[in-house]
This record gives sequence, C-alpha cells and structure tokens, in this order.
Amino acid sequence: MSKELTYLDAIREALAEEMRRDPKVFVLGEDVGAYGGAFGATQGLYEEFGELRVVDTPISESAIIGVSIGAALRGYRPVAEMQFADFISCGFDQIVNQAATLRYRYGGRASVPIVVRAPSGGGVSGGLYHSQNPEAWFVHRPGLKVVAPSTAYDAKGLLKAAIRDDNPVIYFEHKFLYRRAKGPVPEGDEIVPIGVAATRREGSDATLLTYGAMVTPSLEAADRMAKDGVEVEVIDLRSLLPLDKAAIFTSLEKTSRVLVVHEDVKTLGLGAELSAMIVEERFDHLDAPVLRVTYPDTHAPFSHVLEAANLPNTDKIVEALRRLAAY
Amino acid sequence: MPPIKRTKFKLSPEQLLEMFYWLKLIRAFDERLSILVKQGKVRSGVYTGIGQEAIIVGTCYGLRKEDYICPLHRDLGAFLMKGVEAKVMMAQMFAKDTGLSKGRDSALHSGVSELGIFGNTSMLGANLPVAAGLGYTFKMEKTDNVVIAYFGEGASNVGDFHEALNFAGVQQLPVIFICENNQYAYSVPVEKSMAIDDVAIRAEGYGFDGVAINGNDVLAVYQATQGALARARGGDGPTLIECKTYRWHGHSEHDKAFYRTDEELAMWKSRDPIPTFTTYLRARHVLDDQKQQDIEAKVAATIDEALEFAMNSPDPKPEDAVTDLYA
Repeated sequence: MSKELTYLDAIREALAEEMRRDPKVFVLGEDVGAYGGAFGATQGLYEEFGELRVVDTPISESAIIGVSIGAALRGYRPVAEMQFADFISCGFDQIVNQAATLRYRYGGRASVPIVVRAPSGGGVSGGLYHSQNPEAWFVHRPGLKVVAPSTAYDAKGLLKAAIRDDNPVIYFEHKFLYRRAKGPVPEGDEIVPIGVAATRREGSDATLLTYGAMVTPSLEAADRMAKDGVEVEVIDLRSLLPLDKAAIFTSLEKTSRVLVVHEDVKTLGLGAELSAMIVEERFDHLDAPVLRVTYPDTHAPFSHVLEAANLPNTDKIVEALRRLAAY
Repeated sequence: MPPIKRTKFKLSPEQLLEMFYWLKLIRAFDERLSILVKQGKVRSGVYTGIGQEAIIVGTCYGLRKEDYICPLHRDLGAFLMKGVEAKVMMAQMFAKDTGLSKGRDSALHSGVSELGIFGNTSMLGANLPVAAGLGYTFKMEKTDNVVIAYFGEGASNVGDFHEALNFAGVQQLPVIFICENNQYAYSVPVEKSMAIDDVAIRAEGYGFDGVAINGNDVLAVYQATQGALARARGGDGPTLIECKTYRWHGHSEHDKAFYRTDEELAMWKSRDPIPTFTTYLRARHVLDDQKQQDIEAKVAATIDEALEFAMNSPDPKPEDAVTDLYA
C-alpha cells in the first residue's frame, strides 16, 4: 500500500511514526513545538506527543545539538532540527568535535544516535543565509553519516533509517523539494538503508552522479541526451557518507564516463572526492576526465537573476554531458 | 543575589575519613603524573588539579551511581570517585590499550556511560550543553537523579556555557554547574577575561541561584553541593556553585606559569585544602597518626599498583587507529 505524499509530509510522517514506535525518539529545535516548525515538518507532533517530546528550544544551535548528544548517551534518539542548514555552523563544534569523536575516544564503548535535520539548498530566493548546502563539511568528518534524499519515498525511508542508526546522522532535506517533490510513499515501515544509492535511470554511455534537488534536472538532461542517442545512467547517491562505491564503480565500469552534478560549490565539494576516488581506483576504466557541474565558488545571492546564474540546471547539465560524450 | 539555603549535614567519622582518603589519593595521583611527565614516561595531556581537590571531593562524595558527572580536563579525581579504577586512569594517561579511550586521546577525553561519567573534548564548556541533555533525560523520566557539570571560570566566557545554562534554567533541569575558578585561563587572569568578580552572578541571568564559596574547604563545597542536590532532586532546578580556588601547577605540565608571582602561589599554598581538613579531623579526634599512616599507605599502594598496571599494559594496535568510528 502506498499513497502520494509531498517530501515535507513524508518527513513529518516518518517523525510521527518513529515517535509512536519508540518512546525514546523525541524532537527538539527552534519553533518545532506548537508552531509546528518553520516549514511545518513537525506539525501535529506537539499535540500528539506533548511538550516533553517535542521541545521548543531557545535560539541555541550548539545547545540543541549538545542536549541531543547528552540524551543520546542515555539511550534516547533525539532528532534535532536546524531551522536552516545555514545555521548548522552555530552548532558545528558539537557535531564535529563532540558527536563525531565520541565513540572513538570512548574506546568504542558508547554511541551517539542523534539525527540533525538540516533544511538546505537554494532556488527559493533565500539569499546568503537561507540557501546553503554545507554537506561537504560533514562528509569530511569521520564518525558522522550524511544523507540527502531527493524523493518523498526516500525522505521518509532515509529519515527512519537515520533515527534507527546508532551513529550521528546529518540529514539534509532540500527546501526546494518540500512541496515540489511528490510521489508514492509506502505506508508503514519501509526503510531506505543508509549507504545505498539508487539508479534513477539506466544508460550505457555516461554515468551521472548526483543527489538532492539536482536529481530532477539531471534526469531531464538525460532525457534530452537520449534524443541525441546518448544514454545516461543517473545515480542518486542518497547517502553521501558512506558513499555507495559499489554502485558508482559498477556504473562507470559500464559507461567509462562520469559527470558529477551538485548544488554545493565546486572547490572541495563532494564532486572533488568522487572524482579523486574514481581516478584513484578506476582510472583504467575511464575514457574521459570526470566532469563536474556545480555551483560556482561564490555565495548564494538573493536576486533571482543572480541565483539562477549560479544554480546548476538542465541546460548546464546537458552541455556538460555533450562535452563528456564527445570526449 | 539570594543566598543559597544552608543545608545541615552530618558526616560520620568513617565518611570524613573517606573524604580524607580521596583528597590524598587525588593529590598523590596528580603529583605522580607530574613526575612521570618530567621523566618522559607520560608524553603529554596532563592537566593537574593540584590545589583544587576539595572541589572534586566535596561535590562527588555521596553521589549515586545513577547521577551523572561531566568533569573538566583537570578533574581526574572525579573519574576515580565515580568508580573508574585508578589503574584504568593511569593506563589512560599512558595511552595504553587498557585505558578508557584505548589510546585514542589523552587525559580525560573519555567517559564511561555505565558509571555516569561524560568525558569532554578540548573545547572548554562544550560539556555543558551535553550536561543539560543528560539532565533533560532525568526530567523526562521523572527521576530525581542529578547531573553535576564542571567548568572553569575561563569556560564561562564561551557561548556553550550561556546556551547550556539558559536551557537548563528554562527547562528547570536537575543540573548543578560547578565553576572551578582557579584564577587563570591558561595564562590569562580572571580580571582580563571577565568584568565581574564572581562567575556566580551569571546564574541570575538564567533564572536560578548562584553562590560563590571557598573552593579549598571540602566541607563548604560539600555543604553547598548538598543544598544544590536537594533542590535539584526536589525538582527545583539548577544551581551554580562557584568554587574559588587556585591551581598550583601551570595550565599543563609543560607550562612554567611565569605569568604569576611566587608570592601569589605561596599565599594560595597556605590555603592548601588538605592540611586544612587534616587539622579539622585531628581537632575532632577523627584522625590520628595511625589512621593517617594507614590512609597514606593505602594511597601509595593504589598509585603503585596503578602504575605497574599501566606500564605493563600493551600499547594499542596500529590497526585500531581507524576502528571504533562507527557503531
């Protein structure tokens, strides 16, 4: 049985179901209580579960994450909401130094099962501090897991997986997709495992690696390429740490060409790691350099004219795919 | 600021002698570590709390197993009093596989969840939001267990301090914040880092009581802690206790502490918490020569045994540099 849900409703449903299933799950963050969250992701939870398990916090990102870590050490599974992924920098130390290192420095004798939900991404005229894609910061930190769903189905299934995971998981939910991404979502306990990519379109001529809000323009670009006889395999990574290396390598061994598309900036974005990893481990299979379509190395401007100039889109992806195919 | 209600307490001679034992053991442990650093046997990461022992003994004495402590980098004694064996702490200082962190990090950056000990990072004050989270779980469970969180006056200038105390105040959490005001944040004297005399008054800004006491008087610390414990266990929320004290050694064992005068050090050494308490015990005939000798012999044997264990323990295996990152 499945039903049509938006990406945002899928998140809300995952939270509600996990809270019903496990009394140790609770949510905390700014405006998550009676207000239901800045985007409505926690709507209805306060009424159903009460203020002890749906905690309105002060504007204190570091405390939100630190409190989550403390609760996790006592067996709870807190889901902390950063109102915007941009604000996660205010809680950075608690994530990268406290949560990420804890198991290691405890000699493997403790774990930190927290989820940090981070509404990320542009295309919503959010400007500098409501548009960021800071996933690479966290992919760079051992001890964390990082996921970024692109569909309603995955939004639900990956959030459930993140909540049940015993490690700290940073869950990047893309704001552009909240109401635009709509699709079938299974009723009940469908888990999307962390670390497993999804092939969204099969093809034999090039591999396109992407995630989050870039999946849709990537698929559009692949359709356009098909009209020219170039079949592009589109892989939605879903999990950025750990990466599904097997899926990536299997595809490129078939296609010998790789394009990475992400909304994060270029320098040391995930594409840099993907490219280095592919060149290091599968150089012999490549017929072309690994190309990237990314945000330029700049900030997210407010003007929609400026922002549109920065965002990767179908045209930019098609252009890169043509270069890749012609190489 | 309203004064904290004085709590009457009665300690039996046996209990007073236990406190005396802990004071002596913690002092002896740190003194031995200091020598081991000079001998090059312990490499680094030694931050002694010599001169500050009364704070640890006065706050930890009589805690329940279920209570949680969040010590700072000088509080090795708190680990001992909460139940970690001396030999395990010594192995930790020697970076041995038998230490708490299995050689992953130095000093006190490890914890033991089953004993209710949280180990902080090097980011001072970062333990305080975690302490609030631990306290929040006690509130959710409606138990009367308490969290004791330690920090220096230096850490009271960090954002995490304010976020944590504010959260604890708003949520009325059973957390006791113990400030070990030892006058220096590494080399910076208190008057250069705060425009106030007492850290204790910061509590008022978060809606609960703070009190400044003589941190070198173990019974004064014990009495203030008992008062705060009674409040916290009774659901009346947090308390801040500022213990005025002084660290005899430098910030770490490699710091010669040239930034302070011999006179100042001599003045504080004349307030050594151990002779003060010894005089008290002897005047009340709780302690005599024989008992003191027995206790000192027990302390020496414990340290020697711990040292032997640590020195004979295996180093961690090289391959364990990359394990225990994920649960």
